[in-house]
Order: sequence, then structure tokens, then C-alpha cells
Amino acid sequence: MFALSLRHLYLIKGSFPRILDLIYWPTIQIILWGFISQFFTMYSDYYNNTIGVILSCAILYDFLFRSSISFNMLFLEEIWSRNFTNLFVAPLKISEIITALTSTALLRTLIGIIPAIILMNPLFGVSLLKMGPPLFLLFISLYLFGTTLGLLVTSGLLRYGPAFENTAWSSLFLLAPLGCVYYPLSILPEWLQILAKGLPLVYIFEEARSILVNNVVNYSNIMTALMLNLIYFISAIIIFYLAFYGARKKGTLVNMGE
Amino acid sequence: MTIEIKNLNKQYNNILAVKNINFKINKGSIVGLLGPNGCGKTTTIGMILGLIKPTSGSVYVNGQNIENESIRTKILEKVNFISPYVELPKKLTVEENLKVYGRMYSVSNLKEKISDLMNELNLYDFKKRKTGELSSGQKNRVSLAKALINDPEILLLDEPTASLDPDVGDYIRTYIESFASKKGTTILLASHNMNEVERLCNEVMMMKNGKIIDQGTCESLINKHGRKNLEETFLKIVRE
Repeated sequence: MFALSLRHLYLIKGSFPRILDLIYWPTIQIILWGFISQFFTMYSDYYNNTIGVILSCAILYDFLFRSSISFNMLFLEEIWSRNFTNLFVAPLKISEIITALTSTALLRTLIGIIPAIILMNPLFGVSLLKMGPPLFLLFISLYLFGTTLGLLVTSGLLRYGPAFENTAWSSLFLLAPLGCVYYPLSILPEWLQILAKGLPLVYIFEEARSILVNNVVNYSNIMTALMLNLIYFISAIIIFYLAFYGARKKGTLVNMGE
Repeated sequence: MTIEIKNLNKQYNNILAVKNINFKINKGSIVGLLGPNGCGKTTTIGMILGLIKPTSGSVYVNGQNIENESIRTKILEKVNFISPYVELPKKLTVEENLKVYGRMYSVSNLKEKISDLMNELNLYDFKKRKTGELSSGQKNRVSLAKALINDPEILLLDEPTASLDPDVGDYIRTYIESFASKKGTTILLASHNMNEVERLCNEVMMMKNGKIIDQGTCESLINKHGRKNLEETFLKIVRE
């Protein structure tokens, strides 16, 4: 019994990402739910239609989550099946690999999210489609940001190998408190607001709430989110290329998954 | 297609995995790369495929340096590879895997090509089965079919018959032999199976500690070291 425990203790001791993983989840949960509780304590009458706003934001956040995880999953599946090297000896350019992953991730995301959107109305009387055309722009923004995160995580996988896998699962939760998914930006401490404003998520979810609560569309928020997303997306592509060249130097493209 | 390696070195941190190797493989030759575990065979194959960036030196395929991404992509259309450390997606059926790779290599008449390979490698009986459910011998045949789907002009074989029973091993060797003689494929074969190397290779390179320490035909190496066969020659060279 002790030997079996020892086996796992050795594993934890020898891996900083594993130790970080143990600390990470409880910390993120406490921060996220701490801000949500604080918001509802201070502004319990903020939403007239609490269920509608929270459900809509949850679906939008899930769309972002699925976009990113789908991208990561496509890459991880190649590592788990030990097919990874076959892909990199096939006559594929890096740009073709990125395009294939990005478009397949969208398909996977839509398969997951469309039934949830359809179920919202009969179950809770909430329709996301009532947000009108801006909803489409918000979805584009979320998809771009999800793909950006996917590119960053897969860059880490390319460069550092499967040890980076946990980051794939936890990357989005780190951004949830900062993204102001369920509460306005003003609920964050001032120093965190500065950080949060650097993320497109704040503009997306502030705008979603503005449409849902006040029926007002502010296109400057939508454009800011799209611009930020474009900058992050291009940066993530550059990082992916750098990770690929780094992996070639380090030799991690051979026998990945071992 | 020819492969030419010039002053190739690969260093990982403080370890020099490949030390200044030079060789040329002519079109249609089958060359064996022998050496103990960790001597640099897989790293050398990785550099030929462009998966590993050399610390210094160059790899030329048909006279073109593969360091350039678009040249490498173009060359890879006519190259393929097998390794016991690399598998095909387990959840896909045999047929699906071959379709996926056929499209990746832009194979024309893909349906016909898959049908031919299935016939020749006896894959028809399990074409609808998931690749992960097959025995290691069957999986090996599917991997070989994937490696031949683009009619490669260069084939890099890293221990193609490792962990196979003698019957399946012999089947694979016979098939590779007949494919190479029919198509004039250039083959680099890394193997620990000396009988396999003696049977298939026109020439052999012996690697030790990242260097090529001897090379020649099997017969010339056996005679040079005064041994009865390639296995004894190999043991003498690596233990010296």
C-alpha cells in the first residue's frame, strides 16, 4: 500500500505542473465564485431576468470553452494515439495544419453547442437568438479567442510534450474570473480591472449583458473585442510557428506520446 | 531519389547524439543503418525527415536542402516512413486510416490504390475493423500500407519488423523487397535484425556513439572483420 502511494508521490514530487495542478483548481474556483457572490450580495436587483442573463452568458462562455478544448483535443488525440509523428512527416505545411485544426474545432464546437441553445427555450423560456445580429459577432469573437487559446496550448504541447497536457484543461478557467462572464467589470478590484481590459472577454460579456439587460447594442465594445482578438490570434500563430521550430531543435516531434 | 548527408551533427544539451556523419544513398539502393540502442539511428532518420533540426550540417534529397519548409513539404510527397514508436489512429478503421493518409498525400485513384494495397497485404478481411483492435502483425501490415500509399521514392524504415513473429516478419521483408525492386525505391533501413539487413541491403553503415564507424557491403564487412556473418561482425564492431 505504501509502495503504491510512494509511486504517486514520486510522480507528484518530480513534476512541477502536477503540483501546480493540485493548487490551481481550488484557487480558481474560490476566486470565481467569490466575485460572483460579492456581486449578488451588492447588486441583488441588478438583473430583472436573472435566469436569462446567466444562462445566456453561460452558453456564450461554453462556446468559448468548447472552441478552445476542441482545438486542444484534436491535437491531444494525435498524441494519445501515437499518430503525431505521422502527421509531421506528411506533406503538410504548418499553415495547413492550423487551418485544418481551426475548421474542425469549429465543427466540433457547433455539434456540442447547438443542442444546448435549442434546449434553452423549451426548458427555461430563454432564447439566445433574441440578441439579434450582434450575437453572430460575439460568437465570432469568442471562437477567435477560443482558437487563440487552443493555439497557445498546442504550442506548449509541441514544445514541451504531453507534460503540458494539464494546461490544456486549465487554461480557460484561469481566464474565467478575469473575463467577467457572470458579473460586470466594476466588481473586480481596480488593479485586476486593468488586466481584464486587456482581454477581449470583458468587452464580449459586458456587451452581451448590455443587450440582454438594457436592450442596447454598443458596437464599439464589439469592435474592440474583435480587434483584440485579431491581435491575439496573429500572435498565437507566430508562437505556434516558433514552438514548431523549437520542437524541431529539441527533437520532441519524434516519438511524441512516449 | 537520392539522399545525401553532409557533416551532420545533432547535440541535445550536452549530449552529442550524432557526430559529423556523411553518406550518400543512390536511387534504388537499400542501405542498412546498424548500431546499438541510443547510437543515433532514430535521430539521423528524424533529421532526414526534417522532424529534427540538425545542430550543423545538411540533408539533401535529390540535391535539394530540406531545411526550407516548402522544399521539405514538396519532397515529403514522395517520402514515407515506418517506426514501431508511431501508430495509426486506433479508433479509425483500417479503410478510414488509408483514406485519410491517401488524401494527405494527394494520391490520385485513391480507391484503386487502397484496393491494391489491401489485396497485396491481405488487409481485406479486416478493412472495417478499428485499427486499435488488430494484432501487432496486422497493425504492422496496415502501417506498411500507409507507408506505401503514396508510392514513395524514398522509404525510411525504423525497425519495421520489431516485435513481430518470424512468419509476419518474413512476410513484411518479402513484400518490401518486391516493392523496392518493382518501383526502384531508395530505402534506409534501421534494424537490429541482422538476417533482415543481410537479406535486403546492398550496403550497410555501422553507427556507434553517434558516428558511422564502418560501412560497405555485408560481405565486405564480414570479410574485413574476419567473422562468419553480419551478427558476429556487428558484435565485434560494437564491443571494440
